[in-house]
Amino acid sequence: MQCQSCGLRPATVHVTRIVQGHVEQAHLCTQCAQETGEIEMLTNPGALLQSLLANFAGHGQALQTETETHCPSCGFRFSEFRETGRLGCPSCYAHFRDELEPMLRRLHGTTEHRGKLPLRRAGTFQRDRSLQLLRRDLQQAVAREEYERAAQLRDEIKKLEAEGG
Amino acid sequence: MQFGEHLASPRSAWTSGRGEMADVVVSSRARLARNLEGFAFPDRLTPEIAQQVLGRVQGAVQAFGSGWSFVQLSGLSAVDRQVLVEKHLISPQQMQSPQQAALAVRDDEALSLMVNEEDHLRLQAFRPGLAVRETLDDALQADDRLEATLDYAFTPELGYLTACPTNVGTGLRISVMLHLGGLVRTRGIAQLLQVLPKLGLAVRGLYGEGTEAAGDLFQISNQITLGQTEEEVAAGIERAAQQIIDQERAARRMLKEQALEQTQDRVQRALGVLRYAQLLSGEEAMQLLSELRLGVEMGMLQVSPEAVNELLVTALPGFLTRTMGHELQTLEERAARARLIRERLQKEGI
Repeated sequence: MQCQSCGLRPATVHVTRIVQGHVEQAHLCTQCAQETGEIEMLTNPGALLQSLLANFAGHGQALQTETETHCPSCGFRFSEFRETGRLGCPSCYAHFRDELEPMLRRLHGTTEHRGKLPLRRAGTFQRDRSLQLLRRDLQQAVAREEYERAAQLRDEIKKLEAEGG
Repeated sequence: MQFGEHLASPRSAWTSGRGEMADVVVSSRARLARNLEGFAFPDRLTPEIAQQVLGRVQGAVQAFGSGWSFVQLSGLSAVDRQVLVEKHLISPQQMQSPQQAALAVRDDEALSLMVNEEDHLRLQAFRPGLAVRETLDDALQADDRLEATLDYAFTPELGYLTACPTNVGTGLRISVMLHLGGLVRTRGIAQLLQVLPKLGLAVRGLYGEGTEAAGDLFQISNQITLGQTEEEVAAGIERAAQQIIDQERAARRMLKEQALEQTQDRVQRALGVLRYAQLLSGEEAMQLLSELRLGVEMGMLQVSPEAVNELLVTALPGFLTRTMGHELQTLEERAARARLIRERLQKEGI
């Protein structure tokens, strides 16, 4: 399994969160997990204990600091966005993804870019987009027990992956 | 070309009065919002890092070759910055906080770049008349050339990342400026203004967000930037513009058929006042110029559309102050406005 954040490295950190009754799972590589602050929770027992205690005690202030995270790149807090309508840096989009997604859906009706790709990196992005679609098709083919089609798709994926080097 | 010439002339890429559907459409504009990877958005940059962003953009702009000016806004007076707003080269927001902001502009003003506005880069292309696809192409080509040396903040899922989520994706805002004198006079405008937002289109005044539709000039633009291709956005705006043009023309036909004398009277009175008035407030000038424009568009007056557009810029406070060379008191400003308009009309042989 590959990291959901960067899509490059294998996922080694598996996080399960329960947010308002919804189970959310994240599969990340060590580096991305560090960047998003997930791994600190796991490797730093002090922080873990503190957050558990904060939750357990229902202590207002502690709870607030726990839920209001900072963007690891620029230190931006989401509450600032509520005031200004602007984010801090490009990485805020990844960090505050859960908060932003419903808003983007409301604003634009979708969360998926279909327009231009930057010229120099267009090839890579196009390949990523194609690979993503092929992998989805492969899963569906396997589920439907269409093995001939699945073999075909597997070959296409291998070929595309090889092109990327 | 010296940068001062941009400030001294009321002419711009959008004032020529030429182009398709020029009887209704003043100009078309495509704007792309872009940010550099590895930097916080302009709001959150220290002056030193903002200067680094400026430096990078300035370096990339050199790829455009000669025929471009690059100026830091902090080096300009408040009046000069106001003139740039009036010519649509910078935003009102940039006018007020010029620190670390810059403008790169091509000699003909058809292509320009705002640096360190809400986003690191706001690239805009202008053309007179209805030329939505052409302005989009101009902007995209310039974007490709910048992208040859700049690394933009981009993800395949969300596209180009912008300070405000309302611009994320294509970062593209296409707008068309229309003179809807007929619809305003036949009261058809209210209905139109109600319908457009439901079609995902924003309607704004002459100077964008939060400005009044002075002189019966309206800007319509797309609101959605995510999930549509650039071409789809352009096609949508073009379709909407075409429908509005049809409605405006129908309104003008109605004026001709049902209120010809009254319309001619208003147009000629406006011309009379503009030719002879000694004092004109900005608001009155805008109203009169709209009558004049309508007269030209309906073939009742022989004034070049270019002159009408230049009169519009000439009558604006920043341009007026700059032309006179000093801050103006109310009375002085009104006298100067009236005089400059009289002189321009005389030059037209009217």
